[in-house]
Parts: sequence; structure tokens; C-alpha cells
Amino acid sequence: MEPFISLKSNAVPLVQDNIDTDQIIPARFLARPRDDDHGINFFRDLRFDANGQEIPEFPLNRPNWRDARIILGGRNFACGSSRENAVWALHGWGARAVIAPSFGDIFAINAVKNGVLPIMLSADAVSALMAATIADPEAVIAIDFPEQTVTAPDGTVHRFEIDPFAKRSLLEGLDELAFTMTHEEDIAAFERRFGRDNF
Amino acid sequence: MLLVCGDSHTSTHGALGALAFGIGMTEVAHVLATQCLWQRRPRNMRITVEGALGFGVTAKDVILHIIATIGTAGATGCVIEYAGSAIRGLSMEGRLTLCNMSIEAGARAGMVAPDEKTFAYLAEKQYAPKGAEWDAALARWRALPSDPGAQFDHEVMIDAASIAPMVTWGNSPQDALPADGVIPDPMHQDDPARRQAMEDCFAYMGLSAGMPVTELRLDRVFIGSCTNGRIEDLRAAAAIAKNGKVAAGVMAWVVPGSAPVKRQAEAEGLDAIFKEAGFEWREAGCSMCLGTNGEIGRPGQRIASTSNRNFRGRQGAGGRTHLMSPAMAAAAALAGHIVDIRRVQGAA
Repeated sequence: MEPFISLKSNAVPLVQDNIDTDQIIPARFLARPRDDDHGINFFRDLRFDANGQEIPEFPLNRPNWRDARIILGGRNFACGSSRENAVWALHGWGARAVIAPSFGDIFAINAVKNGVLPIMLSADAVSALMAATIADPEAVIAIDFPEQTVTAPDGTVHRFEIDPFAKRSLLEGLDELAFTMTHEEDIAAFERRFGRDNF
Repeated sequence: MLLVCGDSHTSTHGALGALAFGIGMTEVAHVLATQCLWQRRPRNMRITVEGALGFGVTAKDVILHIIATIGTAGATGCVIEYAGSAIRGLSMEGRLTLCNMSIEAGARAGMVAPDEKTFAYLAEKQYAPKGAEWDAALARWRALPSDPGAQFDHEVMIDAASIAPMVTWGNSPQDALPADGVIPDPMHQDDPARRQAMEDCFAYMGLSAGMPVTELRLDRVFIGSCTNGRIEDLRAAAAIAKNGKVAAGVMAWVVPGSAPVKRQAEAEGLDAIFKEAGFEWREAGCSMCLGTNGEIGRPGQRIASTSNRNFRGRQGAGGRTHLMSPAMAAAAALAGHIVDIRRVQGAA
């Protein structure tokens, strides 16, 4: 997995609360292999009309935001379906971090396992970042992951919390499966003990 | 038992006292390779529903009421325990429906303490332990319920008598109201962003403020899904379907939740009742719940659905989903519009 250390980029605001993973990638694209380009289907039905033409008003289609690598989301961003394809689509489109007041739990877990950093800030802080980026689409937000800070375009510094294991995994680009396998003997011992008392 | 699966509605199994939650594909691979998953202890929330449920109120209405009360992010980061006399009074199948939609309240998992109903339900199952193994299992399961005086991070109390048969109007499961309610007015929203979001939703859903929800005319009806595709759901729908015919212009489908449910329904003659009433009796599966197999509505079609998500485009681009119970969906199919089950002749 690619590590995440720091990021400076402008950000694209998606202001609505409760954006669900069905919006992020509709179910009809879920059967595609993991290695496909899922970025083309990121917010497919909000980005493109029925004829495949871009909907110019949608933020991801605005010229200044096409190269943004940070997404600003509303409350409960990426709630709903557990589809990991939502993270693949977001990553494939080019984003590497999402800043929102809260996340769908499963999305936040999936994100970390794919090199995408989910950052929870207060609703007021996210609103201020959205306002700044709407006023100036090129305004740069700086994420310092080791320090767990987000620096707003006006210099305001917000600290965020993250699970220490998730932080280590993302910072080191750790292969979690390989890491767990180093505990294979412990797992086997547990299973022998557990299997004796349970079925 | 700890149970995980690459589907957010894995939470359904909490009705059996299992800790069950949905995971992504990377975590599925991790479990298959190691039988393990890295977890932080979630916060816990107890939702207590006390009292008797009113006429026509099902587990689906209870969970829609809960989600409308606490919001779709109300239980984010939590595992819910559903408790109280109204929950204990639900059948096992009702409890499965309840736990199924925990994810729509933001929770990873939802559980009901196992009791005699749980054990009786499991005893009949094909893969249940037998003989001495059953006795040993039962002894362990009896130790699973929360201790008296257990502490919860969040407590929610709900009066069962306050719960009405529910229908959703918007594109979030929290947009639910009693079946005799009217579409809310965006002008009552103080937050301009939320007012705008509601107006966008009205445009998508073809709604206007103040409209009684029972005036919404339907194009399609979908009875099925992991939320409401079990045998009791099909019996409840058939009990309504036998009183009439599907309204002209409505395409109504019944999709059993599994092949065993389909066989059982056919053994009970439910398929004949549905077909006689003009419903299509279809093969078991997820079908129109999310339409991965192409079973979707056309743009602009209004769909009464017993599934769990009314997200924009969930049942096909431009589809307008209204979530409700199986009896309500069947009654809506006969009427051609959304109905309040309490006003339906012959509803039992």
C-alpha cells in the first residue's frame, strides 16, 4: 500500500450531509475487477448525465477542482453500503484524503487500507474550509499526518485524532495482512484453545 | 459468535445474539487468510422500546421510527443493543429485520439478547448442534445477555405506543414519517444548506410540501430483500394481497429472500395468492433492492419497497423509492398509491 505522509492541495467541497456510497459508485459498477480504473465511475450519476456528458455544475467537473486531491465532505460522509469500490473510485479519481465532520464507519476503515486518509474535524472547521475553498478554488490546505494537523488556507491549524494502528499502517504503507501473519503462531494457539471450549 | 461478511447488512445476524458486522473486501481477504480482524472496541448504545406496538406496526416500522428519531448517523461508532418489552415481543424474523437496518442508523452492528424465542428458532435449524452439544451451547448462550445494571455509552428510550406504520419520503432512511403524515416543508429548515438539500430531494422525488404521503401514486412495488424477504414477511403481504388485485398500471414483484423461503412459501400456497392478485412471483435474490442484476426501475418511477435504502438511484437512475413494511407495500400495490395500513379493510 502506498504510504500517506503529508499532502498539500486545493480541495473540492461536497457540502451535502449523508452522501452514501451508492452515490460515490453506483451498484452497477461493483462487479468490475479491483485493478480496473474505478475513478471514471466516481460519483458517476452526479458527474455525468444519461448521455455520458459531464454535468458542469457538479463540483468534481469544475476546472479548478479537477486536480484537487482533498475532498471536503458533509456529515456522515460515505455512509451505507460497505462497498470498498467507493474508496477505489475516490482514489482512482485522484483524491488521497477526505476531511469531514463524520464518516460512515466502514468507509473510514476501508479508506485507511487503501492509502486514503479520512480526517474528522469539527463541523465548524469543515464549514470554514468549505467556505475558503468556495471563495478561492485554488486555496491550498496542508495535511501533516505525523503531526496530525490540517492547516487551513488562512493559516488556522486544526488537530485531528486517528487510531494509532491505522496511523502506523498508513504512514509506513504497511501490508496489514503480512503484519498479522507474523502472529500466526499466536492465532493458531488461540484457535486450539478456543476450539476446545466452543463450536 | 462473531460473524463478518462483505455486506453492511451482515448486522441482521445480531438478532441471534451474534456480534455481526459488515466489512470491506480487503478485510474479507484478511479474515480468510488469518481468521482475524483488527478491531477497536466500539461504543455501545442501548435503544429500549417499551410497551405494546399498535395495530399495523411491524419491526420495519420500529426501525424506521428509530432511524427517524436518532438519524442515519445517530449510532455511528456504536453497536446497538435493542431492548425492552416491545423488542422481546417481536418474533425472531422481526428481530432480524430490526438488526438488519442497524447500519441505516449508522451502527456497525445491532443485537437483541438471546431468549427462549431465539433458542426455539435455532433448535429447528439444520446446522444447529444436537444432543449434548446443544445443551452445552445453550448453557453458553444463556450467559450472553447484558448484565443487569450494564453501562451503556448512549441510552435511547422509545414508547412503543408512539410508533406508527412508517413510510420514507426522501433519499435517506431517516426521512421517514407516519403513514398518515404529510411531506415536510423545507421552509421550516433554518439551515440554508439543509433547505437546499431538501429542495433538491423534492425535485428528484417529485414531492411538494404539505402533500399527504398517501396521495403518492406508484408505478412499482417490490416485496423482498434481506430486510423483509423472510417467510413471515411474505405471509403478511399475502394476507393483504388475497383481498384484491394489483392496481392497473402498477408492476408488483414478490422476491423471496432465499431459495428455502421460496420453497416454503410455495408449500404454503403464498405464490398462488400473489399470482392470483396480479403480483409477479420471482426467483429468490436481492433483485430490486440494489439492482446489481439489472432489475431496476426506470427514471421517474415511484417504487414502494420493503428494502432498506432509499438512496438516490439505488433502485435505478431516477428511481423514487419509498420504504415501508411488507403489508404496507402489498396494500399499496392494490391501491395504486401509498396507504396507511390502519385504514385498509381486512388488514388483520
